[in-house]
Formats: sequence, structure tokens, C-alpha cells
Amino acid sequence: MSARRLGALLAAVLVVGGGVAIGLYVALFLEASPPPVQAAVIGRRVAALELQTVAEVGHGENSFWVSYYARTPGHKWVHSTILRVPAYSLVHVTVYQYDSATGLRNPLWGQPRGVVGGVMYVNGKPVKVLNPELASHTFAIPELGVSVPLPGVDEEAPNQCSNAPCTLAEAHNTITFTFRTRGPGKYRWQCFVPCAAGFIFGFGGPMQSIGYMDGELEVQSS
Amino acid sequence: MSTGGEGGLKVPPELRRIAWLWLVLSVVATPLVVIFVGPLLPPGSASDAAHGQQQDNTVMVAIVVPIMIGLLLYFINALIMFRGKDEADALTDGPAIRGQTRVMVLWIATTFVIVLLLAAWGAYELFPGEEGAGGGLGSAPISVALPANASSALPVQVIGQQWTWTYRYPTFGGVETTELVLPVGQEVRFSVTSIDVIHSFWAVHLAVKADAVPGNANVAFVKPVREESSTVRCAELCGLWHGHMTSRLRVVSPAAFRAWIAHEREKWAPIQHYLPAYKPTYAPEPTYRAE
Repeated sequence: MSARRLGALLAAVLVVGGGVAIGLYVALFLEASPPPVQAAVIGRRVAALELQTVAEVGHGENSFWVSYYARTPGHKWVHSTILRVPAYSLVHVTVYQYDSATGLRNPLWGQPRGVVGGVMYVNGKPVKVLNPELASHTFAIPELGVSVPLPGVDEEAPNQCSNAPCTLAEAHNTITFTFRTRGPGKYRWQCFVPCAAGFIFGFGGPMQSIGYMDGELEVQSS
Repeated sequence: MSTGGEGGLKVPPELRRIAWLWLVLSVVATPLVVIFVGPLLPPGSASDAAHGQQQDNTVMVAIVVPIMIGLLLYFINALIMFRGKDEADALTDGPAIRGQTRVMVLWIATTFVIVLLLAAWGAYELFPGEEGAGGGLGSAPISVALPANASSALPVQVIGQQWTWTYRYPTFGGVETTELVLPVGQEVRFSVTSIDVIHSFWAVHLAVKADAVPGNANVAFVKPVREESSTVRCAELCGLWHGHMTSRLRVVSPAAFRAWIAHEREKWAPIQHYLPAYKPTYAPEPTYRAE
């Protein structure tokens, strides 16, 4: 084989190989998704979700990113924001909130809405409006009209969590509320607080990433 | 086509037939399209601006119809007349047409006039005039760009944020809502802004599209003329959930609007005193907290 032909063959192999590598990277990137976490079914058309918010994951690729975690029915905390719930059901949500307050960019979200009774419970006490300055995150499903502000823990509180998943022994607020699902489908959910520390105006990184402060509610036929 | 050399253009009989067919089809099809397709063209006629845009689209379609008919007829003719009998014919190009100054002048002049007319028409229609063109006019619109009844328009602030829209009604206590509801027949003055990145407020059926820029109040006028429900979208790529950044828009009777706004004021009363005083741009203090 002449040197010219060998060069052409080598170039062709490099081009094809490069194309395959790029295609694989894109495919894997698009396929990458946190594992879905099923809500615990606790009655006919009633389910329960347990979530926690942490100031930073504490390990892995984005260790300093703020994030949500979800708990499986087997009581294992999973780094995921893909939540599976039954359709046309009541979903009782418990959020263990370990992050401190950032404050809402739009104070409107300080009022819980789209939840049963228009009320959330913070450490067992009913709350109909939260001072927007005290919000650390929100759990919001805009298409369902659900938005719940999550009050941050005191920055001076002892025993702050720095490595997720956090435990109940660490400083936290417990927020509970109930919302109603509609028909089957995927509904996005998100945080409305610009809580991405280290990013311009708090809007980058985890605020733009599924698995951190954005997720999907997969509503399935029961 | 027979070129006829430098002496003149000899139009072959098939082209004469095409020309006559084109004329007849255009005369028949253009009014039919204007009458039957025009009312179906976007963005509809739910507002004065939408009606104006629909008329513009109808005019452009009316211009395009004869052009399309001409192209299709010549295309079909070419397929039939110039079809190769064998492989050698199929690979042979026809003779070049040269020296037809009249044809070239006619062709260039026709396209020039069409483009010039469309440019003039577009420039005229883009000017807001009394009905408004549906676009953002900037934060301080010049007086000649304002609609006739701008001073009595209902002010509504549109606030974009990743990834939802909210609306403030300064003449109703500054209540902020998650749904856009407007009274039919009432001129509305939108003041479009954002509290994070650049969005674009697109009330599709009302034919209003105005950029939402932080620190800026982009003014747009519209008068809804029909009661209906539709969707507001974001028309500026703005992040992860851009495609989901929608909200509901309802145009209702004035009585229904009054009832709705009263209900909203009651519903949002708990948070009301935490909202900042109304300003054309919405920049709650502190401006940014997570720097």
C-alpha cells in the first residue's frame, strides 16, 4: 500500500472514529438521567413522598452544588429529582430542609399555593405565608399550580449538615404539605429561589440541572 | 424556448398556453385563498393587533399565490416538455439563452417591484399607529407610536422569571397573579420586564410579542376583541425549562374580570404586604442574593 493510500485510510479511520466518539458522547449525555424514585403508596389514591434539600452534596463531581434528594419506599436516600406518583391522587410530601435561607427573588412565592387547604406545616405548625426573606428553596410544579416555600435553617444553628444525604440528627426544618395530581404525564418541577451559590446571580449550575434543583414528576396511571 | 436570436423573443405555443392557464388560475385561486384561507391564518383575530397581522399575512399569501402557480405550472411543463427520451438526452443541458434583454429587464423589474412593495407595506404595517402592531415599543414609546386611547389603557406588568410568568395589576392594589386575565374591549398597556435573564412575552393569540429584559420596562399595547382562552409562551431561549415557560391567558367580560380580580386580591392577600411597591421595572430588594 502506498504512503498516500495509507494516509487516506488513516484519515478516514480518524474521521469515522471521531464521529462515533462524538455520537456516543451525545447519546450518553442525553440518556444520563437520575434514577426515578417511586412514591410510597399508603392508601387508595394516596401516596407519600419524602425529600430533603441539602446546601451542598458534599462529594462527587459537583460536590458544592445545592441539591434535592428523594427517599425510596425502602427508606434509602437517592440523589434524584425524578419522582413517580400515581395519577388523580393525593400526595403527602415531607421535605427535610437542611439548607439556610437565600431569599426569594419574587416574594410572591412566599405564599404556599396549590396545596390542600392552602397551608403547609413547618415543624408541625400551620403556615399560610412565609416571609420571602426566609425562604431557602421552593418545591414548585407550575403546571399543577403548586408552589411551596421552604424555610431555611438558622445559619448559626449547631450541627449543620455538610455531606448528603443528611440525617435527622442534623439541623433541619420539616415541612409537610399535600397536593393533588392530575392525569398521567410528565410535569416538571423546580426551585424558584436563586440558590446556586457560586454562579452568576445564583441562576446557574444546579438551578439548570435535573437531579439538583429541577426535576420531573412522572404521574402514572394507578 | 426559442430565443429568436438578437432580433426578438419568439414565445413558443406551450408557454403561451401556460401563461393563459396561469392567468386564469391566478384570477380564480387568489380571491378564493383570500376569502377562505385568510381568516384561518395566524395569529387569528382575537385582538386588534392580531387582526392587523392576519391581514398582513393574507396580503402576502395573496401575492405568493400567483407566483406559486406560475412556478408549479412551469415545473410541470418542464417535466413534460424536457423529459429525456433516453439516458443521453437526460444528461444533456439545453442551449444557453443569451441576448434577451427584454426578458431580463422584465424579470428583474417584476421581482424588484414585488420586493419593494412588500418592503413598503411591511414598513407601514410595522408602525404601531392607532391599533398597535403587537410588538414592544421600548420603555418610553414616542407619542406617535401610542394608540389613540393609550391614556385610559389598563396597565398590566408582565414579569418573567425562570420559568414562569406572573402579572401585576397596579390599578388593583398591585396584586400579583399567576394567570393573565384581561377584559374584552379594553385597551391594555403591558409593561414587560424580567427578574433574571432575558425572556420574551408572547401572547400568541393576541399577537403580542415583547422582550422581557431585566431592569427594563418594555411597553406593548393591545386591545382584545374576543373572549377566549389561550396560552402565553416565552419566545426567548432562557434555560432548562424554556419550553415549559407558559401561563394561561383568558379574555373575559368586564364583569367577569372585576369578579376575578377581586377574588385574586383576596387569594393573595397574605403575601401582598411582602410585595415591593409597584414600579415599571420589578427589582425586589436586595436585587440579587446568591452572588
